[in-house]
Amino acid sequence: METMTHQHHADAHRDDTASKIGMWLFIFTEILLFGGLFIVYSVYRHMNPVAFHLAHEELSITMGFINTIILLVSSATVAISISAIQKNDRKLTLLMLGITLLLALTFLVNKYFEWGGKFEHGMYPGSELMKNLSNGDMLFFSLYFFMTGLHGVHIIVGMVLLGITLYKVKTGAVNSGRYALLENSGLYWHLVDLIWIFLFPLFYLIH
Amino acid sequence: MENEKHHIVPYLTHIMVLLGLIVLTVITVLITSVELGAYNTTAALIIASLKGAVVLLYFMHLKFDHKIYWVMVSIVIAIFAAVIMVTFFDYLYR
Amino acid sequence: MTDFNNSHKEPNYLEYRGKYKGILGWITSTDHKRIGLLYFYSMMFFFLAGVVMGLLMKYELISPGEQIMGAQTYNGLFTLHGLTMIFLFVIPGVAAVFGNFFLPILIGAKDVSFPRLNLMSWYLYIIGAIVVLISQFIGDGPPDTGWTFYAPYSLKTNTNVVAAVTGAFILGFSSILTGLNFIVTMHRLRAPGMGWLRMPLFGWALYGTGWIQLLATPVVGITFLMVIAERLLGIGFFDPAIGGDPILYQHLFWIYSHPAVYIMILPAMGAITEIIPTFARKTIFGYTAIVISSMAIAFVGYFVWGHHMFTSGMSSTSRWVFSLLTFLVAIPSAIKVFNWTATLYKSSINLQTPFYWAIAFVFVFMIGGFSGLVLGSLATDIHVHDTAFVVAHFHYIVFGGTGFAFFGALHYWFPKMFAKVYNFKVANIGLIVFFIGFNMLYFPMFYLGLMGMPRRYYDYLPMFHSANILSTVGSWIMATGLLIIIINLIRARKGSGKEIDDPWDGKTLEWTIPSPPIVENFEQIPEVKHGPYEY
Repeated sequence: METMTHQHHADAHRDDTASKIGMWLFIFTEILLFGGLFIVYSVYRHMNPVAFHLAHEELSITMGFINTIILLVSSATVAISISAIQKNDRKLTLLMLGITLLLALTFLVNKYFEWGGKFEHGMYPGSELMKNLSNGDMLFFSLYFFMTGLHGVHIIVGMVLLGITLYKVKTGAVNSGRYALLENSGLYWHLVDLIWIFLFPLFYLIH
Repeated sequence: MENEKHHIVPYLTHIMVLLGLIVLTVITVLITSVELGAYNTTAALIIASLKGAVVLLYFMHLKFDHKIYWVMVSIVIAIFAAVIMVTFFDYLYR
Repeated sequence: MTDFNNSHKEPNYLEYRGKYKGILGWITSTDHKRIGLLYFYSMMFFFLAGVVMGLLMKYELISPGEQIMGAQTYNGLFTLHGLTMIFLFVIPGVAAVFGNFFLPILIGAKDVSFPRLNLMSWYLYIIGAIVVLISQFIGDGPPDTGWTFYAPYSLKTNTNVVAAVTGAFILGFSSILTGLNFIVTMHRLRAPGMGWLRMPLFGWALYGTGWIQLLATPVVGITFLMVIAERLLGIGFFDPAIGGDPILYQHLFWIYSHPAVYIMILPAMGAITEIIPTFARKTIFGYTAIVISSMAIAFVGYFVWGHHMFTSGMSSTSRWVFSLLTFLVAIPSAIKVFNWTATLYKSSINLQTPFYWAIAFVFVFMIGGFSGLVLGSLATDIHVHDTAFVVAHFHYIVFGGTGFAFFGALHYWFPKMFAKVYNFKVANIGLIVFFIGFNMLYFPMFYLGLMGMPRRYYDYLPMFHSANILSTVGSWIMATGLLIIIINLIRARKGSGKEIDDPWDGKTLEWTIPSPPIVENFEQIPEVKHGPYEY
C-alpha cells in the first residue's frame, strides 16, 4: 500500500494515480448503471422464457457477431496505442487510435442499419406494431432498443474521449511522459467493449 | 511515477489476447447453436465472464497494476452479483 | 500554531480575491471550503422551503376535513416535500457541507483530489434542483406520485413525472461525483504519517458513504431513465398491461433508496463521532470497531431494500430473507451507540451546545432505530406499513438523525468556518424548544399509525383527531425552535483568538489552524505522528 499513500508528482497539481482511480470509480458506476438493466433483463427473461426465445430469433446473429469482433479489435488497438506511447512511438499511437475510432464508427453504422431494418418493419419504440406485441415480445424489444441504445450513447462518448486524446497526441500534449488521458480513455473504451460482451449473447444468442 | 506505470505490455500480448477473445466469441456462437436447454444460458454467460475477465486483466491492465484495483473490481462485481441473487429470491419463489 | 510568520499573512478563504470578485468569485471557486458553503446556503434554502411545505401539510391535518387544501394539492405537496428534503437536503447533507469543508483539513490536505469536479458537483446540484422546481410549474402540474414514483401510477399520471425524475437523475450525478472525489481524496491526499487507521472517523464515514453513492445511485438513475422512456417512447418496462412487473420497479427503486438512507446517516454518525470525544475530552472508545461497523453498515445496507416492500407481493422467501438481513444491519448501528456511550464513561464532559446536539441525536436516533425493528419484522410491518407509524420512524432517524447531526456539526464547526461566536445560551434554548417540538410533532404519529391512520392522506377519521392536534402544535413549536437557532447563528458576533481558533480544545487537525482557514488550509502540510482524539 506504500506507493498509494505517497505523493510523487511530476508537478504539484498533477496526480496520475488519482485520475486512474477516479476513472475506475466512474467505471464502477457504469457497471451498476447497466447492471440495473441486466437485472430487468434477467427478471423478464425468467418470466417470459418462450417469448424471449422467439423474439431473439428476429435479430441477426451475423450482425451481432461482426459487431462483437469489431469492438474486440478496437479494444486491442487502443491497448496497443498505450503500449506504443509508453515506447514513445507516436506514429503507431496515432495509427492505432485512428483505427479504434474507425472501428467505433463502423459499429455505429452497423447499428444504424440493424435498427433501420427494424424500423422499416414498423418495429420501433412507440410504433403501433410494438404497442400491439404480446407481453414477452414487447419487453424483449423494449429492452433491446433501450440497452443497445444506451450502449450506443456510450460508444459516442467513448469516441469523443478518444478523439480528444488523438488530437492531444498529435499536438504532443499527450506523450510518453504524460499519457493518463490516453490510459483512462482506453479504460472507458474497454468498459464499452465489456458491456457489449454481455449484451451480445443475452440478446442475440441465448435461447 | 509509480512502478505500475512503467510496465509496458508487449504488442504481441495484446494480439494474442485479441485472438483468444475472438476464439471465445466463436465458441459462444457455436455452443449456443446447439440445444442444451437451460445450460445454454449458463455456458454463454460463463464464456462471456471469461472474456470479461481477460479484458479486465490484460487490456485494462489489472494483472499488472497495484492489487488495490483488482480488489475494488472484485468487490463491485460481488456486490452486483449479490444484488441480482437477492432479487431472484423474489422471482424464483413466487 | 497560528501566526508564526506575521510578515506575509495569507488571506483566509473568505476574504480571498481571485480572478473574479464578489458572488462570481464564489460560484466559480474550486476551493472546497467555498464549495462547502455554497452547498450550505443552497441547502438551507431548500430545507426551509421543505419545512414550510411540512408546516402546510401539518396544518391541513389539524382537523378532519379540508382545511386549506384538497387531496390533489396535498399529494403534490408531500411529493415535493419528500423530493426536496431527501434529494436536496439530506442526501447531500452533512457530506456536501461539512465533508467538503473539513475532509481535506482533517486529513491534512490542501483540497480534494478533483477541485473542478467538486464545483461541477455543486452546479449539477443546482441544475437538478431547478429542474425539479420546474416540474412544479409547467405542463400538467406537480407530480402527485410521492417521491417514490411507484409504477404503474407514475407511468400513467398526467402530472410532470418526466421533469421531476430528470431533475432527480441530474442530482444523482452530483452525488456520484462527490462520492468519487472523496474516495480518491482519501486514497491519495492523507498527510505524511496519517495511515488509514489514524484518519479521523468522519473520514471513514465519508469513505463508506462515497462507495454507496458510487454504487447505488446509478441503479435509481437507470430506473428513472426507464420511467422516462416508458412515458415518452411508449416502450414497456413496468406497466403490467404489457407484462411488466410493478414490483420490479420497486425493487430497482429501493436497491438505491435503501442504501441512500445510509448515505444520509453515515456522515451524520461520523460528525457525531467527531463531537463526542472532543466534549468528553477522552479518546473515542473502539476506533477500529467504529471503522468496521461503518463499513459493515455500508456493505450490508445494499441487501436489505426489500423491507420497504413486504406488502407488495414479493415471494414469502424473499420476505424473510430481507427481514433477517434488516435485523443484521441494525447490529453495526447499535455498536456505534455503544461506542459513543462508552466514550462518555469516566470522561470529563464539557457541557456545550454541540454536545447537547450530539446527545439529542443519540436519543432520537435510538427511538427511530427501535421503531425500525417493528417495521423490519414481518408480522408487525403488515399492520403498520403505509401508516403514520412509518412517517414517524423515518422522521426520527432521518430528521432526528441527519438533521440533528447537521445542526450539531454546524454548532461545532461554526467558529472554525466563520470566525464567529454564537450566543451559547440562546443556542441551547433554541435546541430545547426545537427538541420538545420535534418530539411533540412526531411521537404521536407512532400511536396514530398503530391505530390505523394511513400516510399520504389529506384527511382522516375523527378518532385520530386529538393526536393530530398535538402533532400539528408540535410542528409550530419545532418551527419556533428552528427560528431561534437560525437567527441566533445569523446574529453571531465576530470572534478572535482561541474562542474561534480552538474553542473546544479539539485534537483533530482543523483545530491546529487559524479560523477562518487560509485558502490552502495549512501553511505547511503537517507531519502526523499519532491518531486522532489523543487526549
